[in-house]
Amino acid sequence: MNNIFVYCEITDDRTIADVSLELLSKGRKLAEELQVKLEAIVIGHDLKGIEKQIFPYGVDRVHIADDARLFPYTTLPHATLIIDLFAKEKPEVALFGATSVGRDIAPRIASAMRCGLTADCTSLEIGDHFENKTQTAYKNLLYQIRPAFGGNIIATIINPETRPQMATVREGVMKKEVYDDNYKGTVHKVDLSVLTEDDFVVEIIERHMEQSKVNIKNAQVIIAGGYGVGSRENFKLLYDLAEVLGAQVGASRAAVDAGFVEHERQIGQTGVTVRPKLYIACGISGAVQHRAGMDQSAQIISINTDINAPINHIADYSIIDNIADVLPKMIKYYKANSK
Amino acid sequence: MSFKIIVLAKQVPDTRNVGKDAMKADGTVNRAALPAIFNPEDLNALELALRIKDKLVDCEVIILTMGPFRAAEIIREAMYRGADRGYLITDRKFAGSDTLATSYTLSLAVKKLEPYNLILSGRQAIDGDTAQVGPQTAEKLNIPQITYAEEIIDVNSTHITVKRRLERGVEVVKSKLPVAVTVHSSAPACRQRVTKLLMKYKHSRTITELQNETKDYTELYSLRPYLQLEEWTVDDLHADVEKLGLSGSPTKVKKIENVVFQSKDSKVLTSSDADIDGLMKELLGSHVIG
Repeated sequence: MNNIFVYCEITDDRTIADVSLELLSKGRKLAEELQVKLEAIVIGHDLKGIEKQIFPYGVDRVHIADDARLFPYTTLPHATLIIDLFAKEKPEVALFGATSVGRDIAPRIASAMRCGLTADCTSLEIGDHFENKTQTAYKNLLYQIRPAFGGNIIATIINPETRPQMATVREGVMKKEVYDDNYKGTVHKVDLSVLTEDDFVVEIIERHMEQSKVNIKNAQVIIAGGYGVGSRENFKLLYDLAEVLGAQVGASRAAVDAGFVEHERQIGQTGVTVRPKLYIACGISGAVQHRAGMDQSAQIISINTDINAPINHIADYSIIDNIADVLPKMIKYYKANSK
Repeated sequence: MSFKIIVLAKQVPDTRNVGKDAMKADGTVNRAALPAIFNPEDLNALELALRIKDKLVDCEVIILTMGPFRAAEIIREAMYRGADRGYLITDRKFAGSDTLATSYTLSLAVKKLEPYNLILSGRQAIDGDTAQVGPQTAEKLNIPQITYAEEIIDVNSTHITVKRRLERGVEVVKSKLPVAVTVHSSAPACRQRVTKLLMKYKHSRTITELQNETKDYTELYSLRPYLQLEEWTVDDLHADVEKLGLSGSPTKVKKIENVVFQSKDSKVLTSSDADIDGLMKELLGSHVIG
């Protein structure tokens, strides 16, 4: 069996993006289960020594393409290099972050390789498959598991015939874990001669990157609001409690779509995945794609007027009442009891 | 020469508003209860196309959609808002297509409309949220792609300049035409229907729809041939059936689990002072907060 490849994204300060390190950590586990090697791809500029950031995650081989034209990221040159590499190396599995970059490049590559791709997986497992129609048994396939149909179903997707088996995974879904600080892999310089003028027809004219101001991913306590909060103004109740508790404010997709809060605060399958000590869900019904982003929280409190809201089924405490009544009292009794 | 924009659009079940009636007693989704709508980001794409049409003197906006017969509804909807014409790609052989088979099909339809200057589509459809069909169609057509467009800053006969909305910032990129652009929900909302266009196109139908009409449209259509919406099948596209539908889809669904919400032991409280006081004491006591 061939190896597992992870495409590593590079930040502006020449570090490997968290999502890529998370994927390397998952890739290492999959590689062990399949008894294959783990390989990484880094494409950018000024990458001297970048492999040192990568090897501790248990990477056996890193493919580096270093050229001034390759940073910042544009689709075509990165895709051309990876397609060429994949054609030669024939990976068994290829993983990408479900980021602005990964969701841009992975489909382009999958189309060129004519292979299957599953977006926004919430879990990756190894398993077998028996195809009744053709009476064919497949061993050790990648099970790509994701919510679908608006989060109302959980689908397990497989690519029995085509390789690589490709998947994208959001930041925060997999755990970042150093495998061995002294792990040693090899470096392979990627052949740049496949690039042509046609790969550079899209030119970046301006670029404003900002560190995301909102850092809900690492928050210990999150107060999240859903459509049930009702308005942008009502979200103030959440911010007030967050300030007192030293918490961050998050939101469901419905609340973001309704314009109550900015997109950076979105939690769920198409937002951020969080694992806080305490998650307070305010006016969130709890569609599965939201729960996919928060159900690993250590404790969950749901505040909802609807006793039948699905979120209550995973909550440790369900407060069946209006948030306007509950949140100010939480502030009051937090202050009273913490003195 | 006329500037031709092809807008790829999809009719989708409205998965965002899964209300109580959309859930069956066993906790699974009742698909029949979900209304079919114009995929939201495809409407943003249509708006960007119409803004270009507003600006350029000679510009044509064509809607291309793939789906069952009823998907013709979104072609009409687009024409009520300013699109010039549309094509419905429909055939049972397309059933079960994943994004790769879909993009193959769409790319064949786009080729039938050559020469074109620009392809616009929503970033993703809400029933799958994959965001794959735009880039895959671009690859099949061997043209560049620009994803997550929020605004078209400039366009002329050879180049387009687009502002992209990324997760951590914005980028302005310039590309040679033709290019495939996928549009983000932060782009301007689509304009409403124009009454004049609604009157003009309300009788437009596909061949299949005409067959099911009780009214005779023959005379009306001979006077106004533009009312006829075209349907394209596998044969019209000269498609390789091996690359379509289930057989053309490398991804297979191994298992579907309906989400049935399971209860865990949960304490039910109210906003009474005693309840909230007790809760905060408990949280503080276990060092979850504080």
